[in-house]
Amino acid sequence: MRRFTPDHEWVEIDNDIATVGITPFAQDQLGELVFVALPEIGHKFARGEAAATVESVKAASEIYAPLSGEIVEANTALTDQPGLINSSPTDAGWIFKMKITDPGETEKLLTEDAYQKLTA
Amino acid sequence: MTTAAQTHPTTDAVLQRTPLYDLHVAQGARMVPFAGFEMPLHYKPGILKEHLHTRAAAGLFDVSHMGQALLRPKSGNLADAKAALETLVPVDVLGLAPWRQRYALFTNDHGGIIDDLMVANLEDALLLIVNAATKDGDIAHLRAHLADTCVIEPLSDRALLAIQGPRAEEAFAALAPQARDMRFMEVRRLPVLQSECLVSRSGYTGEDGFEISVPASEARALAEALLRHEAVEPIGLGARDSLRLEAGLCLYGTDIDTDTTPVEAALEWAIQKVRRAGGARAGGFPGADTVLRQMPDQARRRRVGLRPKGRAPIRKGTALFESPDAAAPVGTVTSGVFAPSLNAPAAMGYVETAFAAVGTELYAEVRNSREPVTISPMPFVAHRYKRNPPQ
Repeated sequence: MRRFTPDHEWVEIDNDIATVGITPFAQDQLGELVFVALPEIGHKFARGEAAATVESVKAASEIYAPLSGEIVEANTALTDQPGLINSSPTDAGWIFKMKITDPGETEKLLTEDAYQKLTA
Repeated sequence: MTTAAQTHPTTDAVLQRTPLYDLHVAQGARMVPFAGFEMPLHYKPGILKEHLHTRAAAGLFDVSHMGQALLRPKSGNLADAKAALETLVPVDVLGLAPWRQRYALFTNDHGGIIDDLMVANLEDALLLIVNAATKDGDIAHLRAHLADTCVIEPLSDRALLAIQGPRAEEAFAALAPQARDMRFMEVRRLPVLQSECLVSRSGYTGEDGFEISVPASEARALAEALLRHEAVEPIGLGARDSLRLEAGLCLYGTDIDTDTTPVEAALEWAIQKVRRAGGARAGGFPGADTVLRQMPDQARRRRVGLRPKGRAPIRKGTALFESPDAAAPVGTVTSGVFAPSLNAPAAMGYVETAFAAVGTELYAEVRNSREPVTISPMPFVAHRYKRNPPQ
């Protein structure tokens, strides 16, 4: 199940594991990324807290935890190749995976249709 | 995801457009408000590629938002206008030879910097090129202090283009062959296409290149003619900022302002000997007491180059510490980018003078962690100006 946030994150939910990245729209707005600060494994975030940072030549942008949970994996390929987010934002450019602690929160996420209307 | 402010805050005021606005839009630019103008932040290739293209070939920049003004002596004797301007800048203007250009600074009574500018000697007048956000204040400042001796004539009907990079000469000389003979900081009046342009061999990237003042009505034709050259691509303000930072050049309002003096800003090189203590025309500019007292390394803080050891950029406002656990900062970052030509982050900022020596290691607070940074010489990328051969 793929869901979205109004902050331009996508969330792929598989049982209690959520994989998080940014949308093609977001990567286009940010331009070519040159650095990604990944969250530490085991770190717990409440929904809406800044969990990662992506940086372009000129600016830094926070990536928020779309759901409350604990980081179980971070995409370390981004350390050497932050541009994967530009070239493959919804696949190879995923940023982190978290174990969801409050499944009810998933209802607050946007469907693809609702997100597309937001960026139209 | 939220993006940190990439541009100056939007205001309700109607934004001005340069004569190249339609061309920018046609070229696919992302337009943003900047200093009261709608300006291209970047084009389709993006900041990183535009930056690298400028260093590898040639980039065309629209800098028409900047202010251009003539300072004419009422007496008809240019020395009178030069002497008048010297009362506002710590720079040797009287010694500026015909058809040469020089960097200058307007200072206030505390020695703070009101603006930085270029002054060119056109024989019958001085041409001043000032920053966009400060130009109205600069004109008012000139009129308030120099109206008795000079006529101040803003050139609001002219655009300003810059072509920069190792192939800038080749591209511009295709339209103006005499440009090849010019040297760094030389100025000429040159026929280009259907108009007469004021051309200087200078820029804001550290590369060789030209800045071309052209009548507004001819600006688009000139830009299109330059863009037809295979080496030339349009470059936005985003890459202009990363290029100037790699070149170690200050951005007014960010790295220098009314609270920083030329000495704190490490711009003593702009104060020629004749205006320093002991010189024939020492002082005589606003804030001279403060500035000249600071000259023998007496300033409390100093602008320095900063190279983080890791790959994380350090941005404007980042605090700098003497150790990983020191409580009080010893400095602040004023501008920081990921420097495309270094493939690494680079920044500039102010540190207490005791920590300003090249090689000093400090710690930048980034996302609640203290990351090591080294005070580094500037420019970060060597200048490639076409200077006069040694005399």
